Amino acid sequence: MMNEQKVEDQGASRNDDSSTAMIPAVELINITKSFPGVLANDNISLSVWSGEVHCLLGENGAGKSTLMQVLSGMYQPDSGMIRVNGREVRINSPGEALELGMGMVYQHPTLVPVFSVIENLLLGSQKGITLDRQGALNRFEEYASLLGVEIDPESLVGSLALGQQQQVEIIKALWKGSSVLILDEPTSMLTPQGIEELKEVVAQLKKSGLAIIFISHKLQETLDMGDRISVLRRGKLAGSIEPAVFSSTANSEIQSMIIEMMFGEETDIAESVIKVERQTTGRSRESDLPEQPVLELKNVTVKGKLDEVGVKGASFSLRAGEVLGVAGVDGNGQRELAEAIAGQRRITAGDILLNGVVVSDVSIANRQHMGLRYITDDRLGEGICASLSVSKNMLLKRIGQRPFWNWGRTNEATIRKTAEGLVKEYDVRPPDVDIRCGGLSGGNIQKVLLARELLFDPKIAVYSKPTHGLDFKTTVIVREKIKSLAREKGVAGLLISTDLDEIFDLSDRIAVMYQGQIAGIVENQEGIEKKVGELMVGGT
Amino acid sequence: MTETAESNMGLSDNSTKNIFNPTDGAFLKVWNSMLESIAPLLLALIAGGLLLLVLGRNPVTFYGNIIKSGLLNKHGLQDTIIRMAPLLLMAAGLIVAFQASIWNIGGDGQFLLAAALTAGFGPMFMPVLPMWACFVTLFLIGMVAGALSTIVPAILKAKYEINEIISSLMMSFIGINFANLLIKGPFRSTKTLVPQTDVVPFTKLLPSIPLTRIHIGIFIALIFILVVYYVMKNTSLGLKLALLGQNPRAALHAGLNNQRLIIGAFMVSGAFMGLAGTVEILGVWGYMRADWNPNFGLPLFALVFLARLNALATIPLVGFYAVLSIGGHSAARVADLPDDFILIIVGLVLLFMALTEYIQEYRAGKSGKLLNFFRSLKGIKTNE
Ligand SMILES: Nc1ncnc2c1ncn2[C@@H]1O[C@H](COP(=O)(O)OP(=O)(O)O)[C@@H](O)[C@H]1O
Ligand SMILES: [Mg+2]
Repeated sequence: MMNEQKVEDQGASRNDDSSTAMIPAVELINITKSFPGVLANDNISLSVWSGEVHCLLGENGAGKSTLMQVLSGMYQPDSGMIRVNGREVRINSPGEALELGMGMVYQHPTLVPVFSVIENLLLGSQKGITLDRQGALNRFEEYASLLGVEIDPESLVGSLALGQQQQVEIIKALWKGSSVLILDEPTSMLTPQGIEELKEVVAQLKKSGLAIIFISHKLQETLDMGDRISVLRRGKLAGSIEPAVFSSTANSEIQSMIIEMMFGEETDIAESVIKVERQTTGRSRESDLPEQPVLELKNVTVKGKLDEVGVKGASFSLRAGEVLGVAGVDGNGQRELAEAIAGQRRITAGDILLNGVVVSDVSIANRQHMGLRYITDDRLGEGICASLSVSKNMLLKRIGQRPFWNWGRTNEATIRKTAEGLVKEYDVRPPDVDIRCGGLSGGNIQKVLLARELLFDPKIAVYSKPTHGLDFKTTVIVREKIKSLAREKGVAGLLISTDLDEIFDLSDRIAVMYQGQIAGIVENQEGIEKKVGELMVGGT
Repeated sequence: MTETAESNMGLSDNSTKNIFNPTDGAFLKVWNSMLESIAPLLLALIAGGLLLLVLGRNPVTFYGNIIKSGLLNKHGLQDTIIRMAPLLLMAAGLIVAFQASIWNIGGDGQFLLAAALTAGFGPMFMPVLPMWACFVTLFLIGMVAGALSTIVPAILKAKYEINEIISSLMMSFIGINFANLLIKGPFRSTKTLVPQTDVVPFTKLLPSIPLTRIHIGIFIALIFILVVYYVMKNTSLGLKLALLGQNPRAALHAGLNNQRLIIGAFMVSGAFMGLAGTVEILGVWGYMRADWNPNFGLPLFALVFLARLNALATIPLVGFYAVLSIGGHSAARVADLPDDFILIIVGLVLLFMALTEYIQEYRAGKSGKLLNFFRSLKGIKTNE
């Protein structure tokens, strides 16, 4: 039985040079996979070797997850071949992939939060009827020491930090004695400290002889961790960096090679996304800002629904032209905060002031009239109405208002003209205001939302994860927009984001949310990353 | 809103935007949506025909009789047009509600309550008020009664998010029984043995088109159909209802007052149902018997969906149904079948509609309104 096997045994056999060194642990050969209307993987070939970290890099939608889901048996390729240890295989289900030694950690958590760590591990692995709990505990200890982590196997998964939960996910992926570990964007939910820990775990596993596929859309990460890098671009393999090249070339040169692969001719865009440039540098912001805050929260408390933490006594103020970043691990009350400010949620205590006026009981529409804008992160759920046209969506928050409606009568011509202007200004593609808004890509939907919210004299904008899931190009456009609005038009920005690079790039000050509270507010200056990371996990 | 109604059904726009089917063009679009409305009708007629064959009747004769006595015969044609008046008003009521994804199932109760009040108060007012004042008052009473009988499900839905399908159905039972209670109690005529109201004399019913029995109710209905069509297509209110219906969270996010919209649309829908009841009593009957219930509401569901919530498109469909039910009445008698046989065909229309929509949905990978409705009956949420 698989469960009986000792971790060390596998390690030993993997390191047996004569059998493995020549043959890759996994080969993907000419894999093609399409979805209706999208060619997600176009004739991709990759090899993954034992004892190596193979980084798969590419921007959102490049096809990375799809390729790995082909490897883990979730999808069947349209054509192409997979070899494991030189032997051609067909992987019909995730179960079969696991049997073949493929352990996958998905982009989204798969553990059951109300079960303990050990129960979660037993859940997926038990073959017989009886639970071999003691055996499992022993096995857990072996893996924990292999990874170099300390987790109480009896604690509930839901009570663990996200970084620890991910370590459990890794142990779960290895549980059946996997020889290949696939990590799909494992750093996207982690704090800087969590990322450091993950890097160490990966290094440990590499030393033990595992073949590791590490997926990321962040260049720096792959440079830090990879022995070999492959770049996907629009479903195609844009190029690879071999270990020999990697070790013999300067980092900066590799960086420009990769940027070339990722963006082709559009390399100028890349620079601005990759470099974190502090907004505060070179500007004495303090003196520019007016005294009177445009947005002020005094001890705002929101009761969360069901599994939400809510907001607990949040206080801060925001002045015109300033960007206040709100950092924090997802689910620490950020959405509740944003919705409370926008008026979509009642606050149970405290006060919200716009331009010095208490608006706690003012309706959503009236707060909009006062210059408040909320760019929601739930773009499809509440941002747009998918079945309505782009032009109607552009004016969704002005239904009934002049000059688009006169005495309730729709002024189709004015709506069209305005929408067409916005589509042009924000470069929405395709530039057709009559198509269903739901048919646009994520990036273009975000452009529609920004265009709509920032039309007509905004004063305060709450940006909720404004670049989440967007392609690089749109990311740059959105970030530039946030910056220029604050600097040139004096629009105060509340930037809620889980992307710390974004927070550091755009904010003047950074508030950190933890468990519904503002754990601290710091000036955005050199070397503040560590402090922010600590605040994010409840440190001081 | 024709255009939103269509796209929400997941039909015409998809087949044209699909990359595997690059054909485009207005003609194809119109053709597609017509086909989608007509195909279920034809299939239902064919299936009904097969059923007739099994029952040993000649379907050609049966359908021939329907057309003969519902359309080609002078009396039948008049009856058909007269029947269209309440049906169109109720269709308008359904469209207002469905546009906002409010499932007002209680149309029959709202209709009957208004009918009972009209039949009860009509004979009392006629001797004391001038005729026009009498009509206006009774119309108002009918509309208010219809509107008020939606208020419980409306508030439950708006404030507490309680599913209106169950609550409006319950209210419908209450409405039906309350109407009977009125007729057997306070409104009961002392002049007859069977429980019924007093009778408004024929001379005091709604005026008719000269030389026919067709009362002016049909014009009232057509005017309201046009109004509903215009409001849905060309006003901010129509867009607000569509937004509420298609993505209530987006409506909230956009700053609409969802609660007020839900209650408003529900009540307007009920008012149309009530108006239909008043028109039917004042136009055709002049009185109401206890336990009278023409059950207009349910078959209309099928028609309104076939029309894709387009008010104008309900006119031919309601016409078709009126022919079917007026002509079917005598055709069924000739063929020695129960009157309800026509309801089987209506049921088949619904079934085939759901089927065509399912096929469309399968092809387009998107959910249509009707299917969502059926799923919500089972408590399965698909949108969101
Ligand atoms: N189940 C699916 N159905 C349809 N399209 C999909 C599906 N999964 C992914 N895609 C599409 O395939 C492309 C690649 O997606 P994905 O592999 O998730 O990219 P990545 O992981 O690199 O961000 C995207 O355009 C995405 O929209
Ligand atoms: Mg992915």
